[in-house]
Amino acid sequence: MIETQGLTKQLGGRTVVSDVTFRCEPGTVTGFLGPNGAGKTTTMRMLVGLAEPDSGHAEILGGRYRDLPNPGRRVGILLDASAQHSGRRGREALAVSAMTMGVPAQRVDALLELVGLDETAARKRVGQHSLGMRQRLGFAHALLGDPEVLILDEPANGLDPEGMRWMRGLLRGFADRGGTVLLSSHLLAEVEAVADRMMIIGGGRIQAQGTRAELLTESGTIVEAADLAGLDAALRHAGLAAHVADGGRRLVEAEPEIIARAAMAAGVVLHRLAPAEDAGLERLFFELTTSGAEAPSQHGDPIHPELAGALA
Amino acid sequence: MSTTTLAAPIRVNTAGVHARPGIGRLVAVELRKIVDTRAGFWLQVATVALTVAVVIVRCLTGGAADHTFAAVLDAAILPAGVLLPVAGVLLVTSEWSQRTGLITFALVPVRSRVLGAKLVASLILAVAMLAVCVGAVAAGVLAAGADSAWTDATPLIGQCVVYLTAGMVTAVAFGAVLLASAPALVALFALPSAWMGVVSLSLFEGVAPWVDTARALGPMHREVMSSTQWAHAGTALALWMVLPLLIGIWRITRREVTA
Repeated sequence: MIETQGLTKQLGGRTVVSDVTFRCEPGTVTGFLGPNGAGKTTTMRMLVGLAEPDSGHAEILGGRYRDLPNPGRRVGILLDASAQHSGRRGREALAVSAMTMGVPAQRVDALLELVGLDETAARKRVGQHSLGMRQRLGFAHALLGDPEVLILDEPANGLDPEGMRWMRGLLRGFADRGGTVLLSSHLLAEVEAVADRMMIIGGGRIQAQGTRAELLTESGTIVEAADLAGLDAALRHAGLAAHVADGGRRLVEAEPEIIARAAMAAGVVLHRLAPAEDAGLERLFFELTTSGAEAPSQHGDPIHPELAGALA
Repeated sequence: MSTTTLAAPIRVNTAGVHARPGIGRLVAVELRKIVDTRAGFWLQVATVALTVAVVIVRCLTGGAADHTFAAVLDAAILPAGVLLPVAGVLLVTSEWSQRTGLITFALVPVRSRVLGAKLVASLILAVAMLAVCVGAVAAGVLAAGADSAWTDATPLIGQCVVYLTAGMVTAVAFGAVLLASAPALVALFALPSAWMGVVSLSLFEGVAPWVDTARALGPMHREVMSSTQWAHAGTALALWMVLPLLIGIWRITRREVTA
C-alpha cells in the first residue's frame, strides 16, 4: 500500500511536483507515466525519504517510509540501476545490501539466478555491466529483501523485448501474490500491458489516473464510412468532436452508441465502429503530457502515422 | 530469466523484517565496503606493502640509533598516516560520487546511523592498520637488534592510536562536508599546507602552534608529548577535525540524495 496526499516539491525555484495525490492498493500494478522531467523520479524519491516534500506527505504500508525499522525487507526499490559502485562486483553489490537488511547470503545467488545473471556477470564489476545487466541487477536488488511493495523507476530502460516480457511476468506474479507495485515509464507501451491502474503525470501534476477502461472512456471511437462528407456533417450536427485519422477514418470523442445514433439520424452507413483502444490511450497520454500551447487542435488533426498503423 | 522460478518465489524467513539493523551490523557493512571495491582493496594492500617496505629499508640502513622502536615507528607510520585518510574520505564521498547513497540511505533512512557506522568502521580500520604497523616495526627492530631499542614504545603506540584515528575522523569529516571525492581529497591534503603558509607569517607566530596540524600532530609519532604539545594538538584537532565533523553531520543528515 502506497498513499500520498498533496505531495509538492520545488527545486531551484521551479515546482517539479505539484499536489500529487494517489493511492496504490495491494494486489495491483500501478503505472506511473509521463515524459522525462515530468516529476516521476522526484515523486518516487519523496516516497522513500531520499527527498523531503515542501508540503504534503507520503505513506507506505501505513506509515512514513523512514519509520520502517528495516525498510529493505518490506519495500523493494529500484530508482536508478546505474547507481552502483562501478568498482564493486555484481554479486558483492547485492551481498552488501543483503548484509545490511539481514538476509541470508544464499538469497543473493537465488536472485542472481532469478534475474538471469550468470556466474560471469556476477563476477564482473558493475562498471563493466551493460545497461540491461545493471537493470537486472537492480531487479535482483529490489527483490532481495522479499518485499511487499515494489517501487521501480523506469525499470524497463535497457531491457530487451524478452527481458521486458520477463519483467511483466514478474510484476504480475508479484501483484497476484498480494504485492503492491508502482513502476514509472516515459513509454506507454512498457507499462500498459501490465498495469492495472495508470497515473499520467505532466508538468509535475497528475493529469489523469484510473484503470485502463476508465481512462479510455474519454479517448474516443474509430469510425469508418463510405460517405465521409455525410459522416462529418452528421457528427457536426450532433456536436461530436472528430479528428481525421489515417485512411479516411475518424476518431470521435464519444461512445459508439451515441455515434451510431447520430449516423442513423443522418442516414449515413457506417463500415466500422470500434473503441480506439491503444491509439486512444497513446493519444490521451500525448495530449495530457504536452503543454497547452503545443496541444493538438480539436479538429482536423491527423493522427501520427505510427499510431494510425496501430488502429488497423 | 526463467518464469518457472517465478511461480515458486524465494521466500526468506520473516525474522528480522521488523528488526532495525543493529549498529554492529552497519559497522561490519561499512568495513566491508572499504575493501570490496577494486580501488579500496588495492589501497589497503598498498598501505600494508609500503609500511613493510619502509620498515625493511629503515632497519637495513643507518646506524644503531636509527634502529630503535621509536625511530622505525616514526617512519613506518607515514604510509598509513597518508593513505588511511584517503580510504576515510572515499568511504563517505563514494555514496555521492558513485551514487550508492541511493541504496544506502534507502536501506537505512536514519542517516546519522550510517555516518556513525562509517566513523566506527574507520576507527577500527585505523587501529587494525596500526597493529599491522607495530607488528612489522617490532619484527624489524628485533631483527636489527639495537641496544635499548624499546624506549618509550608504549606511550608512542598510544600516541599513534590518537594520530591515526584523528586522521581518519578528519578524513571522514572532510568527506562529509564536501560530499565529492576529488574536492574532499584536495581539501584534506592541500588546505593544511596552504594554511601552514598563512600561519608561518610572523604576524601569526604566537597562534601557529595551536592551529597548524602539521606542527601540532607531527610530534605524535616522534616523541613522548608534553602537556603543552597535547594542548596544541587538542586545539588543532578542534579546528580541523571537530568543526568539519559537525558541519559534515549537518550536511549529510539534511542534504537530499540526488539521483
